Amino acid sequence: MELLNLARQAILMPAGIQDGDIEKIMNRLLSSSVDAADIYFQSSHAESWVMEGGIIKEGSHNIEQGAGVRAVSGEKTGFAYSDRIELPILLEAANNVKAIVRQGQNAQVGLVKAANWPLYYPVTNPLKSLTDQQKIDLLRQVESETRKLDQRIEEVIVSLIGAHESILVANQDGSLAADVRPLVRMNVTVIVEENGRREQGSMGGGGRSDYSYFSNRDQALEYGKEAVRQALVNLEAEDAPAGNMTVVLGPGWPGILLHEAIGHGLEGDFNRKGTSAFSGRVGERVASGLCTVVDDGTLPGRRGSLSIDDEGTPTEKTILIENGILKGYMQDKLNARLMGVKPTGNGRRESYANLPMPRMTNTYMLAGAHNPEEIIKSVKKGLYAKNFAGGQVDITSGKFVFSASEAYLIENGNITRAVKGATLIGNGPDVLTKVSMVGTDLELDSGVGTCGKDGQSVPVGVGQPTLKIDGLTVGGTSV
Amino acid sequence: MQNQEETNRLKNTVQDLLDEAKRQGASAAEAGLSQENGLSVTARLGDVETIEHHCDQGLGITVYFGQRKGSASTTDFSSESIKETVGAACSIARYTSEDSFAGLPEKELLATEFPDLELNHPWTISTDEAITLAIECEDAARSYHAEISNSEGATVNTHQGIRVMGNTLGFLHGYASTRHSLSCSVLAQRGDSMQRDYWYTVARNSDALEPAVEVGIKAAERALRRLDARSLSTRQCPVLYSAETASGLLGSLIGAISGGNLYRKSSFLLGALDSQIFPGFIHIHEQPYLRGALGSAAYDGEGVATKTRDIVSDGILRSYVLSTYSARKLGLHSTGNAGGVHNLTITPGAFDYQDMLKQLNTGLLVTELMGHGVNMVTGDYSRGAAGFWVENGEIQYPVEEITIAGNLKDMFKNIIAVGNDVDYRGNIRTGSILVERMSIAGE
Repeated sequence: MELLNLARQAILMPAGIQDGDIEKIMNRLLSSSVDAADIYFQSSHAESWVMEGGIIKEGSHNIEQGAGVRAVSGEKTGFAYSDRIELPILLEAANNVKAIVRQGQNAQVGLVKAANWPLYYPVTNPLKSLTDQQKIDLLRQVESETRKLDQRIEEVIVSLIGAHESILVANQDGSLAADVRPLVRMNVTVIVEENGRREQGSMGGGGRSDYSYFSNRDQALEYGKEAVRQALVNLEAEDAPAGNMTVVLGPGWPGILLHEAIGHGLEGDFNRKGTSAFSGRVGERVASGLCTVVDDGTLPGRRGSLSIDDEGTPTEKTILIENGILKGYMQDKLNARLMGVKPTGNGRRESYANLPMPRMTNTYMLAGAHNPEEIIKSVKKGLYAKNFAGGQVDITSGKFVFSASEAYLIENGNITRAVKGATLIGNGPDVLTKVSMVGTDLELDSGVGTCGKDGQSVPVGVGQPTLKIDGLTVGGTSV
Repeated sequence: MQNQEETNRLKNTVQDLLDEAKRQGASAAEAGLSQENGLSVTARLGDVETIEHHCDQGLGITVYFGQRKGSASTTDFSSESIKETVGAACSIARYTSEDSFAGLPEKELLATEFPDLELNHPWTISTDEAITLAIECEDAARSYHAEISNSEGATVNTHQGIRVMGNTLGFLHGYASTRHSLSCSVLAQRGDSMQRDYWYTVARNSDALEPAVEVGIKAAERALRRLDARSLSTRQCPVLYSAETASGLLGSLIGAISGGNLYRKSSFLLGALDSQIFPGFIHIHEQPYLRGALGSAAYDGEGVATKTRDIVSDGILRSYVLSTYSARKLGLHSTGNAGGVHNLTITPGAFDYQDMLKQLNTGLLVTELMGHGVNMVTGDYSRGAAGFWVENGEIQYPVEEITIAGNLKDMFKNIIAVGNDVDYRGNIRTGSILVERMSIAGE
């Protein structure tokens, strides 16, 4: 397979590591009675450019490479890693990690290519898809076009980030899988001022693609327009209401609700350990019958997509909730084995220096039957939340929060005044049972999500149609 | 002396980076490097769960061609990689713009004295001993009460590292430091109510860690006291931030007086220098030279000497928090805060925790905050919270699924008292803080 050779060239050849060396390390790991073992090689190149105050202010180039070695026995894991991809160091790492398990039989394994799997993004190097001059020109163009949009604009900050990552993972059965992962992102932040009041707006996007993602579709200019629109809306915003009320969530990025309220609680590790509010509830009703929620790593080119996860498992479209009934969890290999189910391609890690665990890819709710206008019309008094800044969940108590960055009052079926961003708080296992209308307008987010868990960050996607929730606590100041 | 030799070797690497930058035509450069080793052991349900051996290294360089700059970093310390990394930084500097504020710090601001801050205390703990300690900690939590139903485990962490930084003004210094911690997270269950909480201890010297059994017991007590939590009706009332949540309030202060937010005019404390932003009894200072403290450092991320100084005295904002670049943008001098503050301390008041509850009298005690609902531009504040409802100075019942909201400008001015129940586990040292009035949203 071409990918495997590309990954070998990117990671192993510069380090002088051969397939035979990987076999040596693996056989060292397998000289104890392990249930599973893997060796993960990674090489990533990333760059970022920032334009601010009308000048190209910052640029940086970062190279990260290394290898992680893991042995698993039952629920026990031994793990070591090194920034230096050198055989003696990795053999020493293998010795250290296999100490987690008792000595056992000797096994010998030969490397074989893993079976083919579908690819969901092109083998492309974003960093080389434009010359440095073209990258600068793109930033300048976006900045100047955005600045022209309104006289109240005080500052425009545009950033461009690209990453090109190669990974190669060898498993205890000798299978060798590789992936080459492009990722790009652009962000525009504007600060506006009127009568001494300052507000900001921010919009960005990207995906597993190269920089043509922005230049080919005038996408970048759209980010600028949207950032300005949000900032100007916030100039008019009044104090947000406080209390429990009907909340309508807009389509797309507000799907962060699903990520926080439902998604984390359905990750396999918490459920294997019984620490999630959703533990032991497969087959039960956890949402209104209008709700079907999936985690889908196979969407072409999306920020959260992966062809294979970081354990070499091909990703899937996993049904989490179907017509309100909890169907299953997201799994990595360790938790799938311990729970007696199949891995779902959700074993992800921030880098070679971190252990993999079950993580989301792109998590979204399928479209329903209601016209979005009809949903707004049905609300006598409530909040319409169109954009969010971020969220957090306590998976044990189920309590989650997320912060609105653009919201409006709904009064007698009409969207009326803009209100300041407020935090919304709810209970994960309850919130989807209160969904009374689901729109036809499923949208995925523009490609900006980053999820943190146990200190590890990974890119993710979210999405949903317009949703009506009959009762969520809105944390404004206007009591 | 092994540390000293290793530090010298890494100083040579940084000097090589700077020399290479000069060779490639840079007019100035600064470089930093870190190397860290560590062990992390987690025990769960009475047995070892994970053993992680950590070994991290990284170096970064910023080059200047006149007023243009470029940066690059790598995890590979080979001489070939150093050339490439410097080359990448130089290449970037060809495309960035002239920025009249860019450049190295003023030479006279660089640190010249390097007192031993007693930051390096290696912990000679074997993997087996770490496992035993983690199990002891988790056992104490699990056996504390029958309602402790499950566990996320206890973790022993020990890290030892060396940091070196240098620039082409002749600054070159490195030091070794350690950081050790012990944490425990358990679940309590009563009927349908399931709650999780944790406790941790962290120190430069393992002798200063709280005993494992105490950490376990505190984790258990904290999980148990949250059981059967309810929401509150929407209201306004006084709010007492526990010491561990109060540090977030001071964190927001630091964000608002940081140079980056000030020169971008995206701070709610724009132009507040020398004005009253807190009541007169509030004093906040920075103490970079505390021996063995977590935030101690003789110089900042640019080599600028740190200073023991007042940031707020008598409630008046006396100084900003600036790096070289942000200071120049504001027409000021660096305050030695590139990379953040060093042991930010609010002077404790006369009340201990119990007295602070009496001061609160009837209101909300906040022990946990969720989400990121702080708007630095406007000071608007709205966060998820959990804690306890207090009446007449006595805790009544646990609360959750509420938000607390206000504007930080008002919240700062309406602080009534600061406790002496100081939490020393971070870079921000504060006791509990009582705010006169905030909006609570709930059921």
